Amino acid sequence: MYKQFDEILTRINDGKLWDFPGGVSPQGKKELSNTTDIDRLPLPKELYVTVKQHIGVEGHVEVEEGQQVLKGQLLTKSMNPFAVPVHAPTSGKIKSISPHVSAHPSGLPKLTITIEPDGLDKWTEMTPLSNYTELPKIKTVEAICSAGISGMGGAGFPTHIKASPKKDVEFLIINGVECEPYISSDDRLMREHAWQIRQGIDVLSHLLTPKKVIIAIEDNKPEAIKAMQVTCQEQDNYIVSPIPTKYPAGGEKQLIQVLTSREVPKQGLPVDVGVIMQNVGTCFAIADAVYTGKPLVERVVTLTGEALNAPRNVWALIGTPIEHLLKQADYQEKRQRNSKVIMGGPMMGFAVASEQVPVIKTTNCILVPADKELPEIGDEQPCIRCGACADACPASLLPQQLFWHSKAKELDKAQDYNLFDCIECGACAFVCPSEIPLVHYYRIAKSEIHNQELEKDQADKARERFEARKLRLVREQQEREEKHRKAAEARKQAMSSDKGDAKDKIAAALARAKAKKAAASDEAADASPEVTGKQDKVAAAVARAKAKREAAKQSTDSEATTDTAEQPVDKKDKVAAAVARAKAKREAAKQITDAEATTDTGEQPQDKKDKVAAAVARAKAKREAAKQSTAHQADATTNDMQQTDTDTSVQAEPTQPMSKQDKIAQAIAKAKAKRDAAKAQQQEQDEK
Amino acid sequence: MTIFWALVALSVLALIFGLILGYAAIRFKVESDPLVEQIDEILPQTQCGQCGYPGCRPYADAIANGDDINKCPPGGDATIKKLADLMGVEAKPLDAAHGEEDVKKVAFIREDECIGCTKCIQACPVDAILGAAKQMHTVLSEECTGCDLCVEPCPVDCIDMVPVADTPASWRWQLDNIPIKQV
Repeated sequence: MYKQFDEILTRINDGKLWDFPGGVSPQGKKELSNTTDIDRLPLPKELYVTVKQHIGVEGHVEVEEGQQVLKGQLLTKSMNPFAVPVHAPTSGKIKSISPHVSAHPSGLPKLTITIEPDGLDKWTEMTPLSNYTELPKIKTVEAICSAGISGMGGAGFPTHIKASPKKDVEFLIINGVECEPYISSDDRLMREHAWQIRQGIDVLSHLLTPKKVIIAIEDNKPEAIKAMQVTCQEQDNYIVSPIPTKYPAGGEKQLIQVLTSREVPKQGLPVDVGVIMQNVGTCFAIADAVYTGKPLVERVVTLTGEALNAPRNVWALIGTPIEHLLKQADYQEKRQRNSKVIMGGPMMGFAVASEQVPVIKTTNCILVPADKELPEIGDEQPCIRCGACADACPASLLPQQLFWHSKAKELDKAQDYNLFDCIECGACAFVCPSEIPLVHYYRIAKSEIHNQELEKDQADKARERFEARKLRLVREQQEREEKHRKAAEARKQAMSSDKGDAKDKIAAALARAKAKKAAASDEAADASPEVTGKQDKVAAAVARAKAKREAAKQSTDSEATTDTAEQPVDKKDKVAAAVARAKAKREAAKQITDAEATTDTGEQPQDKKDKVAAAVARAKAKREAAKQSTAHQADATTNDMQQTDTDTSVQAEPTQPMSKQDKIAQAIAKAKAKRDAAKAQQQEQDEK
Repeated sequence: MTIFWALVALSVLALIFGLILGYAAIRFKVESDPLVEQIDEILPQTQCGQCGYPGCRPYADAIANGDDINKCPPGGDATIKKLADLMGVEAKPLDAAHGEEDVKKVAFIREDECIGCTKCIQACPVDAILGAAKQMHTVLSEECTGCDLCVEPCPVDCIDMVPVADTPASWRWQLDNIPIKQV
């Protein structure tokens, strides 16, 4: 049932509105903070400006540590349309750019620019756009974007995107409802700065050209309604519409429903039903940005709760730590058993992780309740299926079903019950007689689903890369084969083209090889250990191969052929092999250390060689260790078989100490290599 | 005579339908087994090989051919549940022989110790390690699937598997502050 513009207009003019389903009526408690003027506070010692304070992407930090900045100076910048810059809230020095506890329920650190104020509060140069009506609209949108304005009602959606919609706008709704208990920042702002809010509305209606502008205010704020009516009386197109007090009438979708009876489609935006909604605080900031060129560096924050002696509304610089605000409001610690500070209201706010959490652009309230005021939530009782939550739900969902499925981690089913249409207003948990923290369950389920989607994306990316790599490997293989084939062809051709020449070349190569061999044998006389080492190695390898073959044979028919004569021979082979191996290794280790001892430590390449040698030694050690551990197991099994024959077992024993010696030798070699490397490095440094 | 015409009519019809079917077989040809695709969609794509197959796709093939669905430790119980739903079989607990479910990790190279041997680069199934011979290597942690395959080949043991840190974006709400009591 989609109501047409004229019908809606006549009803609003008559003061007859629609209603949204559900809703609750908690105690307002606004009189705690809405009776005094918005106060100005002294500067805090430090300001923590979080780089990303809105929904979207963060910008690049444009300043450096130690740099002096002026009030209103740009701190971040980005070309991304979903990025909103942040500005220095006062003049001073950038103390650090590092992660700091964030204004998020998790309290996990986020990148933050810490500014130490110099007390001068000196503004940077400002460029107002007072003749904005004569300029192209894009200039004004740009000014709004570069002033760092994002929705100040709670969600923090970038305002410049909402100010340049792709569709026609019938209604521009200015949201001054402020339905959540305790909060009175918009109320005070409307009472004291109605003119400036109207200026902001003027800018927005110039940009959006709506057919009608509705300023919606809950009827529990008569002073604010009066103030807005006075300021808007000369504008025919503006209408101030008091709406009945009911929580959560200030929710975007609920307010649209109350005023127009239109419902924002699932996963849609208000502009899909011809509506754009802006918060009054946002309008105030837009007027600042366009008429004076001031970026968004401060906002009204309600300090309230019975644990504060001086609850009131204050102008808080973005980045002010909560600790400073609490001190200014005369926080009485003894009225709380466990320290509890809530950012936002009692229905949708969250307990902050620390008192160093900074104020961000969406912070509208700091609530510090006394123990008797907001009692701790009791233990969760079983659901009694009373259905009160379904009656209270403003989005017409089935909170019980959502609760079952979220609790059982049946995320598909929870989504079938439209989990993502839940606005997390907390009305269901408020009415629940079993004190079930329903919204918590929904939030857990939602974040679970988000993470699963994220993992799915990552899995898709990984699959793509895996497949690309497989293709690349195949292609490389083919290219290699092709190259080899071509090289072979070229060789063949060269051979056939001039045979004589090729033969000469071969002869020359043979001669060269011979000469080399001769030289090597000469060298062998000098460095006999190397040759013997090599020979040992070869012998060892042959022995090993033999032993392996024998072992294999033995294992296959150990039961069938228990030839006692053959076994000792086999064992001997093994032992010989082990001895040979050990010798070879010792030789190798000695060579390495010898080589290192004689190296000219000043030379660079030698140093590198040392490192490589060390790495190789380590690698060998690793491999050996792995091999030995398997060998031990094998030994253990063979030992059982061998125990009958005492002679052989005695013979076999020496292999064990040998391997230990190996290990020791290796360890020594490694240690030596390391020491040498270190020494070489030091000498090198000394030389430098 | 009527029998003759009946036969003619039937054979003409058969010919026409045959042509239509033949054309449809070419026009709407399915490239590969869609079941394998569906299974592959569910698998976590770490390409770690813990299931005993060289990658997720081969394991998907094997599942389609009747292999067990509980051999994927990175996917854990959630993946097994989804596979059970898809294949219409009972969900089984994870086969411990193939490893245990663990928190998500990514590889990290201690860069001072890296000797630039490129062995880890060759082992990485998703090309998430960057580097060249005798140059320091580093892991693109965004692309790393945490498959563990680069740790073994490293000759100097300079690769660690570090758990992924929580960010406000990936943080899960906890109910820890609400003690749950059995009644």
